[in-house]
Amino acid sequence: MVVHIVLFIFLAAVAVAVVRLRDLFAAVMLAGIFSLLSATLFTVMDAVDVAFTEAAVGAGISTILMLGTLALTVRREKPEYNRPRPLALLAVLFTGAVLVYGTLDMPRYGDPEAPIHHYMAPRFIEDSPVEIGIPNEVTSVLASYRGYDTWGETTVIFTAAIGVILLLGGSPGVRRRLRHASDGTLPGDDA
Amino acid sequence: MIRHVIPRAVGKLLIPLIMLFALYVQFHGDYGPGGGFQAGVIFGAGIILYALLFGLDRARRVFRPRVLQIFISLGVLLYGSVGIAAMLKGGDFLNYSVLAHDPVHGQHLGILLVELGVGITVAAVMATIFFLFAGWRREASDG
Repeated sequence: MVVHIVLFIFLAAVAVAVVRLRDLFAAVMLAGIFSLLSATLFTVMDAVDVAFTEAAVGAGISTILMLGTLALTVRREKPEYNRPRPLALLAVLFTGAVLVYGTLDMPRYGDPEAPIHHYMAPRFIEDSPVEIGIPNEVTSVLASYRGYDTWGETTVIFTAAIGVILLLGGSPGVRRRLRHASDGTLPGDDA
Repeated sequence: MIRHVIPRAVGKLLIPLIMLFALYVQFHGDYGPGGGFQAGVIFGAGIILYALLFGLDRARRVFRPRVLQIFISLGVLLYGSVGIAAMLKGGDFLNYSVLAHDPVHGQHLGILLVELGVGITVAAVMATIFFLFAGWRREASDG
């Protein structure tokens, strides 16, 4: 319990620091630390697979992609003074209070009587060693019982890649058109 | 590209280990935490690290964008093919039990292939996205 509280305090402190920093390089690094702290929190809560994903994606790939983006833009955020907006602060505080109020109705962490532990989980835990026969039940659920969902996720990643390839000119045709656009000439002029 | 000696030397030592670890995560996902997605991300990170240390051009010569694009589709195709193979064997789409004589063996085979498909696609996607981001400004200012 103490570990949870300490980790949550660290998370909040890092989040505030990311928002307040003007140096974007430091902000990216702190965002990576934020992910690593989340991963630690997931590990403490016994969700190792989620923690693994968070560490690999949040702290690993996202940080590298952010750094790649920084190399294309500038390192410092433009200093911009905003008048204090009491109404916005009120809206944020109100939303936060509503969210906290919502959590009061949720089952206690680790409560065996929680509805989530009575729906499909017992069936997976009891039958997967016989039906699937692999020790890691998370893999059984993700790849077999929920094979459709994972198939959908893979397709989403595939689609995202197609989108990025089209937008950033991965195909030769698009690249040629981009070059013409920056020259101010029309495609086909050099034929 | 980073010209300093120490990151390069450390990178040379680490990149093979990172890729090996990715393969471990990939094929050990049945027994421990991990699986295709995490393995793909780690392998992609290895490729990206190589590109950061040794330059985009060299990385592109090793991991050709054309080949990566083929791998992006190959992973999804592998996943879908396992589902269709199950249908051809008389089961439902993605019901691996019919893939082998023993349902449990079928499940093992199906999960292994499906996770491999996810891993291939994710690794290729991560590397492709980074290559495109990192090469974007240069490509656009070339013309």
